[in-house]
Amino acid sequence: MQKYSVFSLIKNALSNHENWDLAWKDPTPKKEYDVVIIGGGGHGLATAYYLAKEHNITNVAIIEKGWIGGGNVGRNTTIIRSNYMYDENALFSEFGMNLWRKMSQDLNYNVMFSPRGIINLAHSDAQMNVYARRGNSMRLNGIDAVLLNREQVKEIIPMADFSENVRFPIFGGLMQPSAGTARHDAVAWGYARQADSMGVDIIQNCEVIGFDVSAGKIKGIRTSRGEIKAKKIGLCVAGSTNILAEKLNMTLPIETHLLQACVSEPVKPVLDNVVTFGAGHFYISQSDKGEMVMGGDLDGYNSYAQRGNLPTLQHVLTEGIAMMPFLSKLKMLRTWGGIMDMSMDGSPIIDKTHIEGLYLNCGWCYGGFKATPASGWTFAHTIAQDRVHELNAGYSLNRFNTGHLLDEKGLGTKTWIS
Amino acid sequence: MLHIKCPHCGMRSQNEFSYGGDASVKRPELGKDISDQDWNNFVYNRKSLRGKHWELWQHLAGCRQWIKVERDTGSHEIFKTLKAEEEIS
Repeated sequence: MQKYSVFSLIKNALSNHENWDLAWKDPTPKKEYDVVIIGGGGHGLATAYYLAKEHNITNVAIIEKGWIGGGNVGRNTTIIRSNYMYDENALFSEFGMNLWRKMSQDLNYNVMFSPRGIINLAHSDAQMNVYARRGNSMRLNGIDAVLLNREQVKEIIPMADFSENVRFPIFGGLMQPSAGTARHDAVAWGYARQADSMGVDIIQNCEVIGFDVSAGKIKGIRTSRGEIKAKKIGLCVAGSTNILAEKLNMTLPIETHLLQACVSEPVKPVLDNVVTFGAGHFYISQSDKGEMVMGGDLDGYNSYAQRGNLPTLQHVLTEGIAMMPFLSKLKMLRTWGGIMDMSMDGSPIIDKTHIEGLYLNCGWCYGGFKATPASGWTFAHTIAQDRVHELNAGYSLNRFNTGHLLDEKGLGTKTWIS
Repeated sequence: MLHIKCPHCGMRSQNEFSYGGDASVKRPELGKDISDQDWNNFVYNRKSLRGKHWELWQHLAGCRQWIKVERDTGSHEIFKTLKAEEEIS
């Protein structure tokens, strides 16, 4: 594989950039693989990469119905953070933060990781207490957390509304300085390029039609490009989890919902952190191009439509304008929607299933993008070793049976709880 | 925006409604022995497929009644609405 560097850039500039290698190949599916990963999104590509890199399993195929990186990894708000209180979430996410920090070097691909800090705003004394508790929990787990008072927040984000006569005055906030954003597409492409170079087959435009299961063991899949045998199969299909689960006669604690996001027209730099509204569900950051990137609640009903309705967008942006009134002057450039695998407790599932050789990775709700490296790493471990790693032990499928829910925010599919 | 025909009030916009999830889910009968799996299916497990989907909505900013709505989860088209006590045919 051609290494990307300033020298290769100069060299290729001399030939008008016409001689770059393809970043990944377009192979014909083989008859059989050791591992098949279904879903060529961020998590699937990362899983294949870590299978090859950490476990030396390279006879792997990624089966993607559309094109790689065309789902939620290509349409999220790019926020990366580990500001969780529960140990399971905190340790998993912080493990991911360490992978994010060295990802560009690791993948030889600039993912533009930008640790610009995230601030969760607090709008009451009670909320400050809750944030202090969460911040302390984070620090106990080795994650950086700073409790900011009103004046400190004002210094960092002066454009927020600090008037006192408002419905949700800003009391302060909890900041994780090491959180940030990254270039989402580059994450998918970087993982794809490295996985491909280590021998993984990336098979696009290939839809899974059915599964071959016999005597409780997975044998392979039937696809639109023929049958493929595999000893182990990993599902990494986010919003399509329910559709594939039905083909396996499985019913999961997952509902598929619609989540919208939007960007404004580009403006000069005004916001150099990620900021979330504490009295609702709204988050905002500014892209390198200057667009304000915003998102919030689910539309609230089961959907596979990948396009949203205006009432939710209006609700979300009302929160945004309450927090930062200058947003009302901006023109909206683009809005879009994606379909989310919403789990019932708001936390993901990375686990084995009752079918031998079938592994499940789903339930990422609002937070799939930041989890990409840690999800891929732990899922690769779970598949390669046929047992969960301690980092994803809390993300078991069985927790809904036993009552060990991971209800960090307790949101899940029910937006009205917030 | 969705337009939902409330069987009590007529056609209203989505803003007046709150979503209540899959209407085909049945609560296990009281006073009978129920396995953990039955409860798990009732509380957490959902099919959530693409296509026609019977679901509960509450006309929260209207008559406050729960209703059943048959809607396509792929296209958002609404086919039929029923009162809560009416059986899905």
